[in-house]
Amino acid sequence: MYGALWRVLPGPVWLRLIMVLLLAAAVVYALFTWVFPWVDAIINPIEVTVE
Amino acid sequence: MSDEQPERHRSRRSVRRTGRRTSVVGVIGELLLTAGVLILLFLGWQLWWNDAIMAGQQSTAASDLSAQWLEEGRAAHGDTPPPAPEDYGDPVVAPASFENGETFAVMYVPRFGEDSQRRIAEGVGLDVLNTTHLGVGHYPGTQMPGEVGNFAIASHRSAYGGGMHEIEQLQLGDAIYIQTQDGWYTYRFRDFEYVTPETVDVLAPVPHHPDLAPTDRIVTLTSCNPLYSTAERIIAYGVLESWQPATAGPPAEIADTVATWEA
Repeated sequence: MYGALWRVLPGPVWLRLIMVLLLAAAVVYALFTWVFPWVDAIINPIEVTVE
Repeated sequence: MSDEQPERHRSRRSVRRTGRRTSVVGVIGELLLTAGVLILLFLGWQLWWNDAIMAGQQSTAASDLSAQWLEEGRAAHGDTPPPAPEDYGDPVVAPASFENGETFAVMYVPRFGEDSQRRIAEGVGLDVLNTTHLGVGHYPGTQMPGEVGNFAIASHRSAYGGGMHEIEQLQLGDAIYIQTQDGWYTYRFRDFEYVTPETVDVLAPVPHHPDLAPTDRIVTLTSCNPLYSTAERIIAYGVLESWQPATAGPPAEIADTVATWEA
Protein backbone atom coordinates (compact mmCIF):
# COMPACT_ATOMS: atom_id res chain seq x y z
CA MET A 1 0.00 0.00 0.00
CA TYR A 2 2.52 2.57 1.17
CA GLY A 3 5.18 0.73 -0.80
CA ALA A 4 3.15 1.27 -3.96
CA LEU A 5 2.86 4.96 -3.16
CA TRP A 6 6.61 5.17 -2.75
CA ARG A 7 7.15 3.48 -6.15
CA VAL A 8 4.61 5.69 -7.91
CA LEU A 9 6.30 8.90 -6.74
CA PRO A 10 8.91 10.14 -9.23
CA GLY A 11 12.35 11.55 -8.61
CA PRO A 12 15.24 10.76 -6.29
CA VAL A 13 14.83 9.60 -2.72
CA TRP A 14 15.09 13.08 -1.14
CA LEU A 15 12.40 14.43 -3.46
CA ARG A 16 10.10 11.50 -2.74
CA LEU A 17 10.70 11.97 0.98
CA ILE A 18 9.64 15.62 0.73
CA MET A 19 6.55 14.66 -1.25
CA VAL A 20 5.61 11.96 1.26
CA LEU A 21 6.00 14.42 4.14
CA LEU A 22 3.89 17.01 2.31
CA LEU A 23 1.20 14.41 1.65
CA ALA A 24 1.22 13.37 5.30
CA ALA A 25 0.93 17.01 6.38
CA ALA A 26 -2.02 17.51 4.05
CA VAL A 27 -3.73 14.41 5.43
CA VAL A 28 -3.19 15.52 9.05
CA TYR A 29 -4.50 19.00 8.19
CA ALA A 30 -7.66 17.52 6.66
CA LEU A 31 -8.14 15.27 9.67
CA PHE A 32 -7.72 18.11 12.20
CA THR A 33 -9.88 20.53 10.27
CA TRP A 34 -12.77 18.46 9.06
CA VAL A 35 -12.68 14.79 10.03
CA PHE A 36 -11.94 14.96 13.77
CA PRO A 37 -14.52 17.67 14.58
CA TRP A 38 -17.08 15.59 12.71
CA VAL A 39 -16.10 12.37 14.49
CA ASP A 40 -16.06 14.21 17.82
CA ALA A 41 -19.64 15.34 17.31
CA ILE A 42 -20.98 11.83 16.73
CA ILE A 43 -19.07 9.76 19.29
CA ASN A 44 -20.14 9.59 22.92
CA PRO A 45 -19.64 12.97 24.59
CA ILE A 46 -17.45 13.41 27.64
CA GLU A 47 -19.78 13.86 30.61
CA VAL A 48 -18.61 16.16 33.38
CA THR A 49 -21.80 16.97 35.26
CA VAL A 50 -23.54 15.27 38.14
CA GLU A 51 -26.98 14.14 37.13
CA MET B 1 32.28 -4.22 -10.50
CA SER B 2 30.69 -3.43 -13.81
CA ASP B 3 29.02 -6.82 -14.17
CA GLU B 4 28.00 -6.91 -10.52
CA GLN B 5 25.62 -3.98 -10.87
CA PRO B 6 23.03 -5.57 -13.16
CA GLU B 7 23.14 -8.57 -10.84
CA ARG B 8 22.26 -6.45 -7.84
CA HIS B 9 19.62 -4.66 -9.82
CA ARG B 10 17.98 -7.90 -10.75
CA SER B 11 18.01 -9.28 -7.24
CA ARG B 12 16.45 -6.11 -5.86
CA ARG B 13 13.67 -6.44 -8.40
CA SER B 14 13.01 -10.02 -7.42
CA VAL B 15 12.77 -9.02 -3.78
CA ARG B 16 10.23 -6.41 -4.77
CA ARG B 17 8.20 -8.97 -6.62
CA THR B 18 8.18 -11.26 -3.59
CA GLY B 19 6.99 -8.29 -1.53
CA ARG B 20 4.09 -7.77 -3.89
CA ARG B 21 3.04 -11.38 -3.61
CA THR B 22 2.54 -11.13 0.17
CA SER B 23 0.75 -7.83 -0.21
CA VAL B 24 -2.68 -9.00 1.07
CA VAL B 25 -1.31 -9.55 4.55
CA GLY B 26 0.89 -6.53 4.05
CA VAL B 27 -2.03 -4.25 3.21
CA ILE B 28 -4.02 -5.51 6.19
CA GLY B 29 -1.06 -4.83 8.42
CA GLU B 30 -0.63 -1.36 7.00
CA LEU B 31 -4.35 -0.65 7.45
CA LEU B 32 -4.14 -1.71 11.10
CA LEU B 33 -1.09 0.46 11.65
CA THR B 34 -2.88 3.34 9.98
CA ALA B 35 -5.91 2.86 12.22
CA GLY B 36 -3.68 2.95 15.29
CA VAL B 37 -2.01 6.14 14.13
CA LEU B 38 -5.41 7.71 13.38
CA ILE B 39 -6.70 6.93 16.87
CA LEU B 40 -3.58 8.37 18.48
CA LEU B 41 -3.89 11.45 16.26
CA PHE B 42 -7.53 11.87 17.26
CA LEU B 43 -6.69 11.68 20.96
CA GLY B 44 -3.92 14.20 20.46
CA TRP B 45 -6.32 16.47 18.62
CA GLN B 46 -9.04 16.15 21.26
CA LEU B 47 -6.95 16.40 24.40
CA TRP B 48 -4.35 18.96 23.34
CA TRP B 49 -4.81 20.62 19.98
CA ASN B 50 -8.53 21.31 20.08
CA ASP B 51 -8.37 21.79 23.86
CA ALA B 52 -5.77 24.56 23.52
CA ILE B 53 -7.64 26.26 20.69
CA MET B 54 -10.95 26.22 22.56
CA ALA B 55 -9.28 27.37 25.79
CA GLY B 56 -7.93 30.40 23.94
CA GLN B 57 -11.28 31.20 22.35
CA GLN B 58 -13.17 30.79 25.62
CA SER B 59 -10.79 32.95 27.65
CA THR B 60 -10.83 35.66 24.97
CA ALA B 61 -14.63 35.66 24.94
CA ALA B 62 -14.66 35.90 28.74
CA SER B 63 -12.14 38.76 28.67
CA ASP B 64 -14.21 40.70 26.17
CA LEU B 65 -17.33 40.45 28.30
CA SER B 66 -15.42 41.18 31.50
CA ALA B 67 -13.85 44.29 29.98
CA GLN B 68 -17.25 45.44 28.79
CA TRP B 69 -18.75 45.14 32.29
CA LEU B 70 -15.66 46.78 33.77
CA GLU B 71 -16.08 49.69 31.39
CA GLU B 72 -19.76 50.00 32.29
CA GLY B 73 -18.83 50.09 35.98
CA ARG B 74 -16.20 52.71 35.30
CA ALA B 75 -18.65 54.79 33.28
CA ALA B 76 -21.14 54.61 36.13
CA HIS B 77 -18.78 56.05 38.75
CA GLY B 78 -17.12 58.53 36.41
CA ASP B 79 -13.45 59.46 36.48
CA THR B 80 -13.24 59.51 40.25
CA PRO B 81 -11.18 56.66 41.67
CA PRO B 82 -13.10 53.75 43.17
CA PRO B 83 -14.13 54.35 46.78
CA ALA B 84 -11.97 52.88 49.51
CA PRO B 85 -12.85 49.33 50.58
CA GLU B 86 -15.94 49.35 52.73
CA ASP B 87 -18.78 47.07 53.58
CA TYR B 88 -21.17 46.99 50.69
CA GLY B 89 -23.79 45.06 52.63
CA ASP B 90 -25.52 41.99 51.34
CA PRO B 91 -24.61 41.09 47.76
CA VAL B 92 -26.94 41.97 44.94
CA VAL B 93 -28.45 38.77 43.59
CA ALA B 94 -29.51 38.71 39.98
CA PRO B 95 -32.87 37.03 39.29
CA ALA B 96 -32.46 33.48 37.97
CA SER B 97 -34.21 34.29 34.73
CA PHE B 98 -31.55 33.42 32.20
CA GLU B 99 -32.26 31.26 29.19
CA ASN B 100 -30.23 28.15 28.48
CA GLY B 101 -26.93 29.19 26.92
CA GLU B 102 -27.22 32.81 28.05
CA THR B 103 -24.08 34.23 29.67
CA PHE B 104 -24.52 36.01 33.00
CA ALA B 105 -21.10 35.82 34.70
CA VAL B 106 -17.36 35.48 34.26
CA MET B 107 -15.33 33.13 36.44
CA TYR B 108 -11.83 34.11 37.44
CA VAL B 109 -9.66 31.77 39.53
CA PRO B 110 -6.04 32.97 39.90
CA ARG B 111 -4.92 29.46 40.92
CA PHE B 112 -6.01 28.15 37.51
CA GLY B 113 -3.32 30.26 35.87
CA GLU B 114 -3.18 32.61 32.93
CA ASP B 115 -6.08 32.78 30.49
CA SER B 116 -8.27 30.69 32.77
CA GLN B 117 -11.15 33.15 32.87
CA ARG B 118 -14.36 31.71 31.45
CA ARG B 119 -17.87 32.84 30.77
CA ILE B 120 -20.55 31.22 32.89
CA ALA B 121 -23.77 30.53 31.04
CA GLU B 122 -27.05 29.01 32.14
CA GLY B 123 -27.30 25.24 31.62
CA VAL B 124 -24.78 22.39 31.72
CA GLY B 125 -25.48 20.76 28.36
CA LEU B 126 -22.92 20.28 25.61
CA ASP B 127 -24.30 23.42 23.96
CA VAL B 128 -22.72 25.35 26.83
CA LEU B 129 -19.71 23.29 27.92
CA ASN B 130 -18.41 22.38 24.46
CA THR B 131 -18.66 25.74 22.74
CA THR B 132 -15.89 28.07 21.67
CA HIS B 133 -17.17 31.09 23.60
CA LEU B 134 -18.67 29.66 26.82
CA GLY B 135 -17.12 26.73 28.69
CA VAL B 136 -18.61 26.91 32.20
CA GLY B 137 -22.26 26.12 32.87
CA HIS B 138 -24.57 26.95 35.77
CA TYR B 139 -26.78 24.12 37.01
CA PRO B 140 -30.35 25.31 36.44
CA GLY B 141 -32.29 25.42 39.69
CA THR B 142 -29.24 26.09 41.85
CA GLN B 143 -28.73 29.54 43.32
CA MET B 144 -27.24 32.60 41.64
CA PRO B 145 -23.90 34.26 42.57
CA GLY B 146 -24.08 35.78 46.05
CA GLU B 147 -27.37 34.14 46.89
CA VAL B 148 -27.88 32.22 50.14
CA GLY B 149 -27.55 28.59 49.11
CA ASN B 150 -25.45 26.91 46.45
CA PHE B 151 -24.19 28.53 43.24
CA ALA B 152 -23.25 25.36 41.35
CA ILE B 153 -21.26 25.33 38.11
CA ALA B 154 -19.65 22.71 35.87
CA SER B 155 -16.85 22.63 33.32
CA HIS B 156 -14.51 20.25 31.53
CA ARG B 157 -11.37 19.06 33.27
CA SER B 158 -9.71 17.97 30.03
CA ALA B 159 -10.52 18.71 26.38
CA TYR B 160 -12.94 21.35 25.05
CA GLY B 161 -11.04 24.20 26.70
CA GLY B 162 -10.84 22.55 30.13
CA GLY B 163 -12.29 25.41 32.18
CA MET B 164 -11.45 23.51 35.38
CA HIS B 165 -8.30 21.75 34.21
CA GLU B 166 -6.35 22.80 37.32
CA ILE B 167 -9.19 22.28 39.80
CA GLU B 168 -7.20 19.80 41.90
CA GLN B 169 -4.57 22.49 42.54
CA LEU B 170 -6.93 24.68 44.60
CA GLN B 171 -5.66 25.35 48.11
CA LEU B 172 -7.55 26.37 51.22
CA GLY B 173 -8.48 30.04 50.97
CA ASP B 174 -7.86 30.39 47.22
CA ALA B 175 -10.10 33.02 45.64
CA ILE B 176 -12.85 32.15 43.19
CA TYR B 177 -14.02 35.44 41.71
CA ILE B 178 -17.35 35.65 39.97
CA GLN B 179 -17.97 38.82 37.99
CA THR B 180 -21.46 39.78 36.87
CA GLN B 181 -22.98 42.93 35.50
CA ASP B 182 -23.76 43.89 39.12
CA GLY B 183 -20.29 43.42 40.59
CA TRP B 184 -17.72 41.03 41.98
CA TYR B 185 -18.39 38.08 44.28
CA THR B 186 -15.34 36.75 46.11
CA TYR B 187 -15.59 33.13 47.19
CA ARG B 188 -12.85 31.33 49.11
CA PHE B 189 -12.11 27.70 48.36
CA ARG B 190 -12.74 25.45 51.33
CA ASP B 191 -12.58 21.74 50.45
CA PHE B 192 -12.81 18.97 47.88
CA GLU B 193 -15.05 16.00 47.63
CA TYR B 194 -14.88 13.05 45.24
CA VAL B 195 -18.20 11.51 44.30
CA THR B 196 -19.85 9.23 41.76
CA PRO B 197 -21.50 10.94 38.76
CA GLU B 198 -25.03 10.43 40.09
CA THR B 199 -24.41 12.23 43.41
CA VAL B 200 -26.70 15.18 42.68
CA ASP B 201 -26.92 16.04 46.38
CA VAL B 202 -23.75 18.08 46.02
CA LEU B 203 -25.91 20.63 44.20
CA ALA B 204 -28.37 21.03 47.11
CA PRO B 205 -28.50 24.47 48.83
CA VAL B 206 -26.83 22.65 51.74
CA PRO B 207 -24.79 19.94 49.97
CA HIS B 208 -25.91 16.40 50.91
CA HIS B 209 -28.78 17.79 52.98
CA PRO B 210 -31.57 18.63 50.52
CA ASP B 211 -34.00 18.95 53.43
CA LEU B 212 -32.07 21.68 55.26
CA ALA B 213 -32.58 25.42 54.78
CA PRO B 214 -29.32 27.14 53.78
CA THR B 215 -27.70 29.94 55.75
CA ASP B 216 -24.35 30.14 53.90
CA ARG B 217 -23.61 31.50 50.46
CA ILE B 218 -21.46 28.86 48.77
CA VAL B 219 -20.09 28.04 45.34
CA THR B 220 -19.74 24.48 44.06
CA LEU B 221 -17.45 23.61 41.16
CA THR B 222 -17.94 20.21 39.54
CA SER B 223 -15.70 18.52 37.00
CA CYS B 224 -14.33 15.14 35.93
CA ASN B 225 -12.12 12.93 38.01
CA PRO B 226 -9.57 11.52 37.55
CA LEU B 227 -7.97 13.65 34.87
CA TYR B 228 -8.74 12.24 31.38
CA SER B 229 -11.45 10.02 32.85
CA THR B 230 -15.15 10.38 33.60
CA ALA B 231 -15.40 7.66 36.24
CA GLU B 232 -15.88 10.10 39.12
CA ARG B 233 -16.58 13.76 39.78
CA ILE B 234 -14.35 16.16 41.65
CA ILE B 235 -16.29 18.72 43.68
CA ALA B 236 -14.76 21.93 45.01
CA TYR B 237 -16.65 23.99 47.57
CA GLY B 238 -16.11 27.66 48.37
CA VAL B 239 -17.77 30.15 50.69
CA LEU B 240 -18.66 33.74 49.86
CA GLU B 241 -16.26 36.13 51.57
CA SER B 242 -17.26 39.50 50.21
CA TRP B 243 -19.05 41.37 47.50
CA GLN B 244 -18.41 44.70 45.80
CA PRO B 245 -20.45 46.52 43.21
CA ALA B 246 -19.21 46.99 39.64
CA THR B 247 -18.65 50.69 40.33
CA ALA B 248 -16.01 49.76 42.94
CA GLY B 249 -13.88 48.05 40.29
CA PRO B 250 -12.36 44.57 40.44
CA PRO B 251 -10.91 43.01 43.61
CA ALA B 252 -7.33 44.11 44.31
CA GLU B 253 -5.76 40.68 43.71
CA ILE B 254 -6.84 40.56 40.07
CA ALA B 255 -7.09 44.29 39.34
CA ASP B 256 -3.90 44.25 37.26
CA THR B 257 -4.92 41.19 35.29
CA VAL B 258 -8.38 42.54 34.66
CA ALA B 259 -6.95 45.83 33.46
CA THR B 260 -4.81 44.06 30.91
CA TRP B 261 -7.89 42.35 29.53
CA GLU B 262 -8.92 45.65 27.99
CA ALA B 263 -5.79 45.89 25.84
